[in-house]
Amino acid sequence: MSATSHPASASRREDADLPAPADFGVFAAVRWAVARDLRIALRSRAELAVQLLFFVIVVSLFPLSTSPERQLLQTLGPGVLWVAALLAALLSLPRLFAGDLADGTLEQIALSPYPLPALVFGKVLAHWLATGLPLAVLAPLLGLQYALPADTLVVLVGSLLLGTPILSLVGAIGAALTLNTRGGGGLLALLVLPLYAPVLIFGAGSADALRAGLSAAPNLSLLGAGLLVALVGAPFAAAAAVRIALD
Amino acid sequence: MNLYRFASPAAFYPVAGFWMPWFAIAAAVCTVVGLYIGFVVAPTDFQQGQAYRIIFIHVPSAWMSMFIWLVMAFWSLLALSMNTRLSAMMAQALAPSGAWMTFIALWTGAFWGRPTWGTYWAWDARMTSELILLFLYFGVIALRNAIDDPRRADRACSVLILVGAVNIPIIYFSVQWWNTLHQGASVSLTAAPTMAATMLAGMLVMSLAAWFYTIAVALVRVRAIILEREQGAAWIDAPDLARRT
Amino acid sequence: MLEAQDLAARRGAHLLFQGLSFRVPPGQVLVIAGRNGSGKTTLLRILAGLTQPAEGRVTWLGQDLASPAPATRADTLFAGHAPALKDELTVIENLLALAELAGTPLSAQAAQRALDACGLKAQRHLPARTLSQGQRRRIALARMALGGPRLWLLDEPATALDADGLRLLAALTGDHLAAGGTVAAATHQPLDLPADRVQTLAMA
Repeated sequence: MSATSHPASASRREDADLPAPADFGVFAAVRWAVARDLRIALRSRAELAVQLLFFVIVVSLFPLSTSPERQLLQTLGPGVLWVAALLAALLSLPRLFAGDLADGTLEQIALSPYPLPALVFGKVLAHWLATGLPLAVLAPLLGLQYALPADTLVVLVGSLLLGTPILSLVGAIGAALTLNTRGGGGLLALLVLPLYAPVLIFGAGSADALRAGLSAAPNLSLLGAGLLVALVGAPFAAAAAVRIALD
Repeated sequence: MNLYRFASPAAFYPVAGFWMPWFAIAAAVCTVVGLYIGFVVAPTDFQQGQAYRIIFIHVPSAWMSMFIWLVMAFWSLLALSMNTRLSAMMAQALAPSGAWMTFIALWTGAFWGRPTWGTYWAWDARMTSELILLFLYFGVIALRNAIDDPRRADRACSVLILVGAVNIPIIYFSVQWWNTLHQGASVSLTAAPTMAATMLAGMLVMSLAAWFYTIAVALVRVRAIILEREQGAAWIDAPDLARRT
Repeated sequence: MLEAQDLAARRGAHLLFQGLSFRVPPGQVLVIAGRNGSGKTTLLRILAGLTQPAEGRVTWLGQDLASPAPATRADTLFAGHAPALKDELTVIENLLALAELAGTPLSAQAAQRALDACGLKAQRHLPARTLSQGQRRRIALARMALGGPRLWLLDEPATALDADGLRLLAALTGDHLAAGGTVAAATHQPLDLPADRVQTLAMA
């Protein structure tokens, strides 16, 4: 069959269609991954809502398991919110790569001319925007259940804004490592939760420090430092893990 | 001398077989000597009585628990950067020893804590870090077992071990931070201000014992791993393998 | 020129193949044939650079494919077992996203033309979840119809295609070869192509 006789040839790329040559930069890669994953997230809002509800329910169950005494709740509050945020992050992590692996997109991502760590970072950023950010936004409302004072709420939201991206970044490494394994969600929890310990300590500690009459600034600074370390390191580790999972 | 020669499992197998008994003997000798110093020669502590003697086991195992991860990280880095199979096998062989050392450190720490603090578990900063370290060891072992293809398991575990190596100091620091905020200074396990020379000697000999034991056990394991992985390779089926042990 | 020297691949302790060498000059297709489990997909993944061979190496235009440069990746089209579609996105969104990811971004008009040519005109704005298996495969055909990459790596491209789809696949592949492109396809269905363009590699 000749090149002109078939309709498919009509769609062959013409020079007019070609955009300027791409240089496969980091920014373009991040933008691609964020735009695509956010669009998918917005079209599966029900799943996101379920994760948010999980967070709300876990937080609401704690007073039932102890006592609604104001003093106790104020002590427990920040820690409970942080543990619930950890669990909610854990619940959402498998979504990060497993879907892309199952439908073949992850192969295309690994074979893209764009740098893989940048694509992975974009995916993590979208994951955080869809799952981590809503937790921080919802936290003040749940804080009211625990009779937390206004200044504690502010610090708590700040710590969640700094800490939940670390959960997504470090979690991405675990999510990529557990692709194509037999362990499933339990294995992911075993790998990731110990690594989350510092985030939990500094995150919940910031509100605790305030309650003890100290400044929350050192805790928040340490969370910020941790975020920087995770930003620099985690995309590369997760990208390496993705390549290993596809091997 | 060409060190790369030993990077091949086939070449390393007999070398490991040769050295293993010597490390085992050294471990046994050091253990006997160390325990003798610790339990007979060293004086009774005037504050803690006889209970302090548990540090002769506790402190070396705690040191080892952290050091083994560092050694595993070294092998993992080598495995990922040079793509050497043997280094990943070494990391795999060390992981159970690391987990055991961590467990022993926790166990003996709890039994030291009971008479000293009046409780088995006091959320002491070091103990809490050890507990998280134990989870990390379990994670490496579990990840290894969850991946069927050994080569992929090697590389995945190497990444996890390196991520852990970056995180362990952060975890240790964060737990200490948390501890000082909540408890103030608690009695530290090694805070005996003036440690008698015999105590120090006992502890060092016991540390050597832990070292030699770990190396001997790792060599046994790495030989088993090599045999398992190289099934069907010509050198394993060679008739003189038994003699070359 | 796609060249493989002395390739070997393992799955666990099991040796899939060894000592595999071939050269595929421009304008030729390498048909990788063999029963299930003979290592067809593994070989294709090695050619794509997804899997590292146990031994040997693969080069494309002299460049090692184990760690290809971005330009080389943009010059390669890999269509795997799964067609890389997101159920939540529409057909045209899927195609646009895949093309951009592959380093060959295109206009909506070009995407529409490719979809029309591959018989997906009516499905353009439907979510991919509503497509049949054969229609999903046709999106891979649309990616091929877009042109751009010179090296095509196709894993069972004929699966689930109807007679019309098979004709389209043969036409697209034929055009690509005529234009000096190179193809490696793992398939157990014969591709309807001129015999002088086909090299067959039978996997043991």
